[in-house]
Amino acid sequence: MTFLVQQTLIYAIPLMIVALAGVFAERSGIINLALEGIMIFGAFVGVYFVRYMQLAGTFSAAKESGNWLALQGLELLAMLVSALMGALFSLLLSFASVNLKADQTIGGTALNLMAPALVLFLIRILSNQNTLQMAEGDAASWFMIKKTTLGFSKTADLGFLGTTFLHKVYLATYVCIILFVVLSIILYKTRFGLRLRACGENPQAADSLGINVYKMRYAGTTISGALAGMGGFVYALTTANCTSNGDVAGFGFLALAVMIFGNWKPLNIAGASLLFGLFKCVAASYSSIDINGDGVFALADIGISPHFYRMLPYIITLVVLAFTSKKSRAPKAEGIPYDKGQR
Amino acid sequence: MREKLSTLYGKDGTKAVLSSLISILIGMTVGSVIILLVGLGNKSLGLSSAWEGIRLVFGGIFSTGRNAAGTLTWGFNPQNIGNMLFRATPLILTGLSVSVAFKTGLFNIGAPGQYLMGTAATLIIALGIPSDQVPAGLIWVLAFLGGCLAGALWGCIPGLVKAFLNINEVLACIMTNWIAANLVTWVFDGSNYRNLVENTKSGYIYKTSYNGVQTPKLGLDKLFPGSQINGGILIAILLAVLVYILMTKTTLGYELKACGSNRHAARYAGINDKRNIVLSMAIAGCLAGAAASLYYLSGNTEFFWSTYQSLPAIGFNGIPVALLAVNNPIAVIFTGCFMSMLDIVGLQLTNLTAYNEYITDVIIAAIVYLSAFSLVIRMLLSGRRKKRPAAVDVKAADKEPAPPDAEKVEKGGGEA
Repeated sequence: MTFLVQQTLIYAIPLMIVALAGVFAERSGIINLALEGIMIFGAFVGVYFVRYMQLAGTFSAAKESGNWLALQGLELLAMLVSALMGALFSLLLSFASVNLKADQTIGGTALNLMAPALVLFLIRILSNQNTLQMAEGDAASWFMIKKTTLGFSKTADLGFLGTTFLHKVYLATYVCIILFVVLSIILYKTRFGLRLRACGENPQAADSLGINVYKMRYAGTTISGALAGMGGFVYALTTANCTSNGDVAGFGFLALAVMIFGNWKPLNIAGASLLFGLFKCVAASYSSIDINGDGVFALADIGISPHFYRMLPYIITLVVLAFTSKKSRAPKAEGIPYDKGQR
Repeated sequence: MREKLSTLYGKDGTKAVLSSLISILIGMTVGSVIILLVGLGNKSLGLSSAWEGIRLVFGGIFSTGRNAAGTLTWGFNPQNIGNMLFRATPLILTGLSVSVAFKTGLFNIGAPGQYLMGTAATLIIALGIPSDQVPAGLIWVLAFLGGCLAGALWGCIPGLVKAFLNINEVLACIMTNWIAANLVTWVFDGSNYRNLVENTKSGYIYKTSYNGVQTPKLGLDKLFPGSQINGGILIAILLAVLVYILMTKTTLGYELKACGSNRHAARYAGINDKRNIVLSMAIAGCLAGAAASLYYLSGNTEFFWSTYQSLPAIGFNGIPVALLAVNNPIAVIFTGCFMSMLDIVGLQLTNLTAYNEYITDVIIAAIVYLSAFSLVIRMLLSGRRKKRPAAVDVKAADKEPAPPDAEKVEKGGGEA
């Protein structure tokens, strides 16, 4: 059970934060199809930053002396850097779709093509292979929080909650949860959030009340880019052992599905991402999941192919879309370039 | 003379070609700048190797390798040209697929999924029917048609949900893409189409030539010795012409385009918009399936079956092919060849320099990015002339038609 919860969280958290990234863009009126591309880019930047820091030896002393706080600091810094670069990368999208009134879908597709190409080009030149790894060690030995790191003895029993949430976890997971809560509150309870949402629903009305629609759309897309970039690095750190290979296995698109499934609302999105994370987890390790610890691998015994579990999120999204499209609450003005002269 | 030039300049087609050429030029410049930056920033590469890289980006198709002294040599390279035409075959067809959908106001980002379904159907038919009982030529035809049909059926799904449930086709296409990727992996996982004979090739399906099925070369391999070219390119060109005729000379093509220009006006005029949306996606899917069929029926291409984590790039590259061609089926032939030329350039870069093929993907992405606002570029091209009619030529400015909006993608207001 512990394993199931932890694995689900590992898949669900990047989904959740990237889906929120999608919400920020779409609520401001920009379709951010580039989530996948920005994730790939963010993953690369974060991994490269960690590698660079390792090669520069900045944190080797901390690693030697077992100063895990400093290492967590490195993790947070890498998240910050990938968020910054993700935001920078997303400016390409906002520039095209806000200033040039370009087609947002094609612009997003361009970014999706651009990110893996650029990342693979650089990785090949940097490391002569198709994967960029950490310079030394692996994600678990550098960044994973275990009960021994927290000062408990190896044999200490922390109970179910303790083992699940304190043993073999990443700080990034909790940072993402906190960010998710804070940003959701900002979106719904602050003046900025209200204005942002107004620009996605009725930009003309927002403009008539003195809100700068262009600025708001830039803000929405930039926050979106930052979150997606960070989500990309969190994905690389927690599921891919802090490596980058120009691919996030369609997580960006899955996040888009989560966003639609969650009807553009943070709380629903949190639930949807847990559900989709569960599918991902089951598909990845269905043969070794022992739900109640009695030695029976129930999911493997049912005999359903893992491919089916992998497919399920997309099928569910399509079906849900089919049933809810009539009352779907997509932002009304999403995808339409704002034109001041239009009525 | 000057007046003639102005009339030519005033034409829509000229402006479209111009804006595409500008996009290509800027894209290649972006690639060159990245090569230059990386070359200067990396001591082992340096300026001279960056210069070699840039020259290859622009003229890689005419590269014949390096001579004994280690400098790049140039000239007509039949192997490169032949391979370019071979790789252009699927690109032309996916490009057609995207452009047919564009004409109907739909963005077919589902080409990768349709391509995968076409691949699966083609391979199963081509390898599943024993060639000692059925003539290989018949199997080829069946496999090709099967690929087309599978693609068409897969394309129908986004079309149906768009027409009847008003779900944004982009989202539906993305979902069907990933469903297809998992489905195809599922179909081949554990099947006996997997190549178990050659141990070095783990994870691949047998080539269709294993069953004696492959596209005839039609003497083209004599023309371009050493290349992979086969008759598929002729079929692709034929299909492009057929699509051109369909779109410009038939009632169906007119109805499709009418739906693309304004769905509601088309319905008001008595055109069944729902039927046309589904049909358009089916045709698009059929073309993407045909792309896969022709690529894998060549007999020397292998399919990596465990594809659930990635989608085929050929499907996505149909988007820049269509955008560069401004959705003109005939122009797609040339832009498809251009895209495959970039492929060859990438190979040359990998083989001859320290750079690698991914720079060409960057160029393609830059071109797509520019295509996103190519309408803006085209409007700028005509707008500049409109604002200063007295300065250059009044007549030309008067003749100027309104900027084309037929290929303008329908903006999804009120969609899911």
